[in-house]
Amino acid sequence: MATYQQLLAQAREEIPEVDAAGLAELLAAPDAPVLIDVREQSEWDEGYIPGAVHVSRGFLESRIAGVARPDTPIVLSCAGGSRSLLAAQALKAMGYEDVTNLAGGFADWKRNGHPFDVPRRMSEDARRRYSRHLTLPEVGEAGQMKLLDAKVLMIGAGGLGSPSALYLAAAGVGTIGLVDDDVVDESNLQRQIIHSTDRLGMLKGESAKAAIQALNPDVKVNVHATRINRDNVLDLLSQYDVIVDGADNFPTRYLLADASLMTKTPLVHASILRFEGHASVFTPYDGPCYRCLFPEPPPPDLAPSCGEAGVLGVLCGVMGAIQANEAIKLILGVGETLAGRLLVYDALGMEFTELKVRRNPDCQACGPNATLELIDYEDWCAGAGRHTVVSA
Amino acid sequence: MTIKIPPVLRPSVGGERTIQATGATVADVLDDLYAKHPSVKAQLDAGDGTLHRFVNLYLNDEDLRTMEWLETAVADSDTLTILPAMAGGSR
Repeated sequence: MATYQQLLAQAREEIPEVDAAGLAELLAAPDAPVLIDVREQSEWDEGYIPGAVHVSRGFLESRIAGVARPDTPIVLSCAGGSRSLLAAQALKAMGYEDVTNLAGGFADWKRNGHPFDVPRRMSEDARRRYSRHLTLPEVGEAGQMKLLDAKVLMIGAGGLGSPSALYLAAAGVGTIGLVDDDVVDESNLQRQIIHSTDRLGMLKGESAKAAIQALNPDVKVNVHATRINRDNVLDLLSQYDVIVDGADNFPTRYLLADASLMTKTPLVHASILRFEGHASVFTPYDGPCYRCLFPEPPPPDLAPSCGEAGVLGVLCGVMGAIQANEAIKLILGVGETLAGRLLVYDALGMEFTELKVRRNPDCQACGPNATLELIDYEDWCAGAGRHTVVSA
Repeated sequence: MTIKIPPVLRPSVGGERTIQATGATVADVLDDLYAKHPSVKAQLDAGDGTLHRFVNLYLNDEDLRTMEWLETAVADSDTLTILPAMAGGSR
């Protein structure tokens, strides 16, 4: 029979100890030990030593193998230094050779003015709202936090921007920027599902903001009621993590392609016409860029707008949802994006075709000899001596 | 072989989404396409036997620019995709 005090005294003889200042030095060294905090979840939630791994005392023996090898230098900590001292004995008994105890525990660490982190916790409301994401190992709480911190800029709150903005808002993307200077027209409502009949005539950015906030009030919406141009593009892009390109014209698309290389912002591309959609992802200087894929735009008679040629409303939903999917993967850093691939969707034939897109070593935008500068894209796309005149 | 026709060229081939054409190389196959549907030629061919730069061609899923371009040999089972850029998205 031994008392608690006797147990601790015996453990102190077996286990070397380090104080808060000593641990701070150890952690700053290049061969820092693994610091394991054995307190309970509720104690951890109130603060922990930066870099510590949390394994509650009750799970230490069963989970230690995933945290340290038998020859890994380990420091154990708890609130006051007693639980971790006894825990260190348990690790020693399992064959862990280099185990040290933090004397005085987290309390002494804090009292001596060493820095500590407080884990971010999702509110109960957020846990309920995003519960289907939290269940996915590829998202989980850490991934959901990334989404909540993410800033996505939507170019156009129209056919493609409607579904992608709605899904990104539902997913909890924290900040959504909407660039559009147009107002909601009756002819938009066949496909632009973020708008509604009672918001006809409203600025599209404001209409989309109303829909997003009704869906998810957590999302901050920035309405940029402007056309993106050479003067504002770099400033706009640099405020966001991912760009979703739902533009309706070539000058804007080439402007975005070049500017996103300058700001090194990934660009999620989609375009639509009639029953056909294209989608890809351009990751600056890593994968191919838009100009690697399409060095030049077609002349106007081979590039009709949806207004001239028509577009199936639901096609926008398919392609916009693909854009939202790719933006979310970029934010989470999971899966395989469409970088290096062009997805072509034929809604009539119900066919998805995947084409390889490679970096063009001679690319005028991202190639090694490119001199990237923002030009007059209206002039450049209009031909300016570049196209042979084509008659249909 | 099968040629996939993009939406903007379909009016020039009677509305078809795919056209069957034959030839030993991509150039031969395009000539066969032009023979069947002459108005397509004006839209793809730059006038000197080369294609406009805005026209992308893919043999199956591979960009023909990374192969032998129009001289690339083709088989009957191959698919040639003609793909100009599209701009639509918003309006």
